[in-house]
Amino acid sequence: MASNTERNLIVLIIVVAANAFREAIRDRILYNLVIFALLVIASAILLKDLTDGQEGRTIVNIGLTAMLFFGVFISIFVGVGLVSKEIEKRTVYSIFSKPVRRSEFIIGKYLGLCLTLALNVAVMGMGLTLALAFVGSTTLAANIWPAIFLIFLELMVMTGVAMVFSTFSSPALSALLSFLVFVIGHLSSSLRDLGETLGSQVSKVVFDAIYFVLPNLSLFTFRTEAAAGLIPSANMLGYSALYAFLYIVVLLGIAVMVFQKRNFK
Amino acid sequence: MENIVEIEGLSKDYDVGFWRKRKVRALDDLSLNVKPGGIFGFLGGNGAGKTTTIKILMGLIFPTEGSAKILGSPIYDVKMRSRIGYCPENPYFYDYLTPLELLDYFGQLFGLDAAVRSSRSEQLLNAVGIEEIAWKRQLRKFSKGMQQRVGLAQALINEPEIVFLDEPMSGLDPVGRREIRELIAGLKAKGTSVFMSTHILSDVEALCDEVAILRKGKLFATGDLQELLSRDTGRRGFEVIASGLSPAAVAQIEALSKGAVVTGKPNGIAIEVENEESIEGILRTIRDNYGKLISVLPVKQSLEDLFIEKPDED
Ligand SMILES: Nc1ncnc2c1ncn2[C@@H]1O[C@H](COP(=O)(O)OP(=O)(O)OP(=O)(O)O)[C@@H](O)[C@H]1O
Ligand SMILES: [Mg+2]
Repeated sequence: MASNTERNLIVLIIVVAANAFREAIRDRILYNLVIFALLVIASAILLKDLTDGQEGRTIVNIGLTAMLFFGVFISIFVGVGLVSKEIEKRTVYSIFSKPVRRSEFIIGKYLGLCLTLALNVAVMGMGLTLALAFVGSTTLAANIWPAIFLIFLELMVMTGVAMVFSTFSSPALSALLSFLVFVIGHLSSSLRDLGETLGSQVSKVVFDAIYFVLPNLSLFTFRTEAAAGLIPSANMLGYSALYAFLYIVVLLGIAVMVFQKRNFK
Repeated sequence: MENIVEIEGLSKDYDVGFWRKRKVRALDDLSLNVKPGGIFGFLGGNGAGKTTTIKILMGLIFPTEGSAKILGSPIYDVKMRSRIGYCPENPYFYDYLTPLELLDYFGQLFGLDAAVRSSRSEQLLNAVGIEEIAWKRQLRKFSKGMQQRVGLAQALINEPEIVFLDEPMSGLDPVGRREIRELIAGLKAKGTSVFMSTHILSDVEALCDEVAILRKGKLFATGDLQELLSRDTGRRGFEVIASGLSPAAVAQIEALSKGAVVTGKPNGIAIEVENEESIEGILRTIRDNYGKLISVLPVKQSLEDLFIEKPDED
């Protein structure tokens, strides 16, 4: 009996996730890939004649940065609408009258968007790899993948952030707040150092709070290093993945808790 | 099982206002039992609290007070939900899906096998009158009435024991209304219980066994429909409808029987009288004035009388 309900839970989450993925595809979320492809191809062609193997480095820099920004754009804008759009359009009515728990729905929708992002990032990564191969930087072509994985982790965290905000504020405000978290999340460890040097007790507490509450996104940043041909250590990858996982679990927990109590009016 | 729906002391306050939150009582201490096997009509005017009640039953909003059970289980029991169906008021579904995909997705949520899903989807879309060419068209291109039909189909994908329909006829054309009326009658014949909210009284008279009438969130009356209609309200008498009468003749009739109420109708006039004795005189007057008698009918308490709030009641 217990194993039966467990199986149902997993199956349900997969079913919801698959539909969320289908929604993303049909809402033409993958169109950004076209722009990305054009960008990478253009830079590959334009930089082909640069000297000293600098072209590979520049392509990695442009490519990974573009990948992060396209990805974050999708994470925030689609993530914010993931659940709130369903409430607004009242499509949740016919879902929750069926044997679907609110938690299963939230997790399923979240994973569906993560799947979309994974596909997106993978395709962009392949485009980048091809461009690098085209300009002859074959080592870089292989070495960028750990950095791409880190970007994907960051996108998963940002999707969770957007979803949490959307469970208690309007889509526009949620998007704005998520964007702020993205910006501050990249600065939080530097801010913390700043707080240390300022010496004042108040600023230390404030910057420490920001550091511990907001996601520390610098953990996922490896673009410049990747462009220089470095690969992150297994330790760094493992630590970042664990951090992302725990952070996401907390985010989903909050989203579920808020969503459980929600009246769908 | 005694009752398939048991509602006990259900109340719901909505918060309204942005800065200063006020509470509006939409549902006030509603208690209600529904027996299996019939079509239960949940009646009430706009804003009476029908949708609020159904949404509470479906676990979409939470009651301020009270509790309810469906099929003997508390309304928050997820397992019970695999045995019920629900079509929301003015339903809206994922517009990026086709009706076939939607029904298939919902079937998956119930854990149905692929073969069952596909055969039921086709059968249900036929039953609600969605033409086959529309089966593979995205729902964003569906009209309101078509959405309503899809809503009814999805409510039945799991072959529920009881189905909750919130104004199932809304948005349907006359043909559609007849089709859906037949569909609902067919459900009853198959043993499915139906709980439907509506304010279309002809549908109620054609379909419902039992009804409950809500007024301003309170239960006003409940019971067997025929029994409610034959209940003594002191309003008895006959209605004579005639045409082709001159104003002078109408005045003559008015004078003839005291207390007769004469109202104009598109096809003539209606004369309402209290007692049987005055009918004879009226009929004679009509004949003498070369009028045409259309009908003589006893006036019985109509559903409308039950339904419409009178100013002297509260
Ligand atoms: N989301 C909401 N916020 C505030 N008040 C609400 C909300 N939904 C309903 N109400 C109020 O609750 C009362 C009951 O509404 P409800 O929708 O249940 O009526 P109804 O019987 O379904 O009416 P209708 O026949 O128009 O569908 C109304 O006074 C309505 O204004
Ligand atoms: Mg309603």
